Amino acid sequence: MKDFGYSISKGRTLNYDNSDFSLKKTLEHDVVSYCRCIGCGACASTCSAAKFTDFSIFKCNMLFRNAKYDELEQELSKCMLCGKCTLVCPRGVNTRGMILEMRNLIEKNKNNNE
Amino acid sequence: MNHFDVIIIGGGPAGMQAAIRLGNFNYKTLIIEKEKSIGGKLTQWDKLFPDFYSAEELLQNLTRQLNENVSILTEQEVKDIENTSENEWTVKTADGQYSSKALLIASGYDFFNAKRKEEFGYGIYPNVITSVELEAMIKNGKITTLDGRIPQKIAYLQCVGSRDEKVGNHYCSINCCICAVKQSIEVKELLPDVEQYCFYMDLRMAGQHYEELYRTSQEKYHVQFIRGRISEAASTFDNRIQIKAENTLLSTPLKLTVDLFVLMVGMEASETTRFISQKFNISNEYGFLQSKQRYCSDNETEIKGLFLAGTCKRPMTIPKSLKDGDAAANAIFDYLKNR
Ligand code: SF4
Ligand code: SF4
Ligand code: SF4
Repeated sequence: MKDFGYSISKGRTLNYDNSDFSLKKTLEHDVVSYCRCIGCGACASTCSAAKFTDFSIFKCNMLFRNAKYDELEQELSKCMLCGKCTLVCPRGVNTRGMILEMRNLIEKNKNNNE
Repeated sequence: MNHFDVIIIGGGPAGMQAAIRLGNFNYKTLIIEKEKSIGGKLTQWDKLFPDFYSAEELLQNLTRQLNENVSILTEQEVKDIENTSENEWTVKTADGQYSSKALLIASGYDFFNAKRKEEFGYGIYPNVITSVELEAMIKNGKITTLDGRIPQKIAYLQCVGSRDEKVGNHYCSINCCICAVKQSIEVKELLPDVEQYCFYMDLRMAGQHYEELYRTSQEKYHVQFIRGRISEAASTFDNRIQIKAENTLLSTPLKLTVDLFVLMVGMEASETTRFISQKFNISNEYGFLQSKQRYCSDNETEIKGLFLAGTCKRPMTIPKSLKDGDAAANAIFDYLKNR
């Protein structure tokens, strides 16, 4: 039977009050340079993977720091870990290390939740 | 004796520094200050950015350098100023009348009245405070909410009263970005468990070692900088403040509840500055004073014998105000010598 009637659409607002930032805190601890990111986007701009796939390391970074992990596992798998992004970052963020650690933490988180 | 070589209106950093120089040049100088003591806004500040130099120490340093040529009148508000004959100046206060050959305006700025931005809830919700009130808490070494709780989350909002067409101020106040960085570091030192969020439109770290301090605040003090302007604030039932903003780097709205919401208030022309700018018709578009020419005669005005120093002209940092006081004293020296 076809659904009918009203439903409340899931809001897209980031609710910082009930988000769990523990993965972000672990990342800040493990890859300290990650704290210094200023969101300039140079990393994404130089990324070779971004030229051929719908992939933005900048967006991954932003999603991660806002505790939005849902799409991240899939997204981060598009990175080929070439390290080009690390070469251009003006704040000296170890982006390659950051990506590896993000993958790690998301994987662990998944296993914990299962 | 009521006659002086130079009268300085305003005893803040620029006025004091000019008085130090003029005194050393052996000019009889009078500072007229409307507050109880000289020092201007330095008296409200604990430490200065970006090196955490003590404001009190700076004030003592400046005071120590004033020599016997300099007289100081406090708690005297300027009632009127007249350019009497042959570039003689007469300044009237409630208690007296003083004259001089040259007049230096160093009447400074006032903080933007945050109540004018009603959507941020200042003056409505007790836990919305200004950067000036936060500085007083830092000075006392105790950060609490108005109902006496230890804050767990604090949000800062940049550009309150600056860069805002809605209040008629298009300009940037220059000091507040780095001030928020400084204060958030000091707060974290006092409250190691606090989480801090700083909402900005642009972060302007345009001074020596400002950018470095910003990096430190991210890396060592974990201050979260979020690009997006808070649109409104509301109180929760337990006196916390709920804020709404767009996280523009993610194009997603966000909401957050904090215990203290700090408004980084900008700088506006002070009442005395406005009075003088109108009286002599040398106001810029915001009520600050207009110098003769920005590059080579920034301490002179179109009026002979009338000089300017410091933040009565435009927002400035303290080191810049001090240098401007120096420069004004030099300009006055040239003027009096060639008179
Ligand atoms: S390491 Fe990954 S994100 Fe960085 S440039 Fe290479 S593919 Fe792009
Ligand atoms: S280049 Fe560096 S600072 Fe810029 S967004 Fe990427 S990680 Fe952040
Ligand atoms: S210094 Fe920063 S907070 Fe102050 S007005 Fe300029 S941009 Fe805004």
